[in-house]
Amino acid sequence: MIKKTLLLAGLILACQVATAKDWKQIRFATEGAYPPFNVTAPDGSVQGFDVDIANALCEEMKTECTWVKQEWDGMIPALMSRKFDAISASMSITEERKKKVDFTDKYYATPLALVAKKGSTLKPELASLKGKRIGVQRGTVADNFATRFWADHGVELVRYARQEEAYLDLSAGRIDASWVDSLEADGGFLTKPAGQDYDFAGSKVYGRNAEEKAVIGEGVGIAIRKRDTDLRDQLNKALAAIRANGTYERISKKYFPHDIYGE
Amino acid sequence: MIEWAVITENLPEYAAGLWLTLQLTVISLAAGLLLAIPLAVLRTSGAAFVSRGVWAYTYFFRGTPMLVQLLLVYYGLGQFEWVQARWAEGNSLWLVFRDPYGCALVTFALNTCAYTTEILAGALRATPHGEIEAAQACGMSRLTMIRRILVPGALRRALPAYSNEAIFMLHGTAIASTITLVDLTGAARNAYSQHFAPFEAFIFAGLIYMCVTFALVGLFRLAERRWLGHLQARKSRQARA
Repeated sequence: MIKKTLLLAGLILACQVATAKDWKQIRFATEGAYPPFNVTAPDGSVQGFDVDIANALCEEMKTECTWVKQEWDGMIPALMSRKFDAISASMSITEERKKKVDFTDKYYATPLALVAKKGSTLKPELASLKGKRIGVQRGTVADNFATRFWADHGVELVRYARQEEAYLDLSAGRIDASWVDSLEADGGFLTKPAGQDYDFAGSKVYGRNAEEKAVIGEGVGIAIRKRDTDLRDQLNKALAAIRANGTYERISKKYFPHDIYGE
Repeated sequence: MIEWAVITENLPEYAAGLWLTLQLTVISLAAGLLLAIPLAVLRTSGAAFVSRGVWAYTYFFRGTPMLVQLLLVYYGLGQFEWVQARWAEGNSLWLVFRDPYGCALVTFALNTCAYTTEILAGALRATPHGEIEAAQACGMSRLTMIRRILVPGALRRALPAYSNEAIFMLHGTAIASTITLVDLTGAARNAYSQHFAPFEAFIFAGLIYMCVTFALVGLFRLAERRWLGHLQARKSRQARA
């Protein structure tokens, strides 16, 4: 009897060891179309803040990172079907997404902002946007926000598969403004020649009340499958380490004038 | 595990999407067919210059994917400052290309027109010599012959091939969702990105497409019975007895 119990305990232990996977290699996915967070280099590789942070985490964890490029709107389903192990693609931590996947702690937080022609009097408020055509990237926090607070109240929402297409249509005059992550707009459009006639319209939005805050979420994290709690814990530990040893600050400085971790 | 909420919550959007898909399909098919009839006549005309001109048009539209054509018209044209200036001054011809709906209709109509032209041209070439000789014997002018004999006959013979083109077109309109239009596929993509449930979102759209396809097939079967009845196998009366 004791023997059997021992055997059983041994088996259970063995199983646990087997599930507590040794992450020798982590397959990260990113979109490669969301500058400066993730962009595709001319040679096809991915670069950017999301990529650098994840690579720094891997270095801290002494594991190998490989990268997969994945379209934004198929990102979470592909993670769940094991096409890769983690998403580092400026994905905001939201309640809706948490139903499907798990997140690490946030690695940065940025407000949303409205981008329009210089001198535009538009503001990110319902009264100002009524009857206007506002472009968002489908499935982003900006989309969720605009869908929730604006779409049913007379704002015409135009959804794009990629943020770059929204900028194209903004330049072409097809939409009045784009509602987007402010850092993305800064690095991906406003500081580029194509965006020189454009600027933020109105103030940036972190969430002006509890409802808005619930949609915008607590920041951007790395998404992993719910069952991979060990991976989440290891990534969180590594994240705390690179915050403490200055690596994070160095990477942030490379892309932005200030630390984008948020409070 | 099927999440039915993906479908039930987005039902109104699916319905609106289906309506847009039907509009795009029917309008572009109608415009394409009307334009294809004269083009097919020109394509089969003896004048090499005219025939080659029409051939160049159909060659381009049949030789490139419709998605590429749509992206060219929508994002490509919008890139030019000259075009943007026309939009700014409210030039109504160019404003068609500012509207995604207009871009989709123009592209789809030109695309289906190219295919339909070749289908009709083939049917025109297959006109039996006897019909042409009979028309000439009756003293018909070339135009009268085209109007009374060649085009009606070609339209009948083209029906089976054209029914395929119509179904391809219905399915082809799915790419309208890449230029911000919320057609049936666009509705499915929105539902998918809200719930992260691709299977439910797309299988439902797929089922609707299938129903519409079957309805189209049924309509064409009726049309063939009406206009191609003389070519169908006759049912033997004795077999029934």
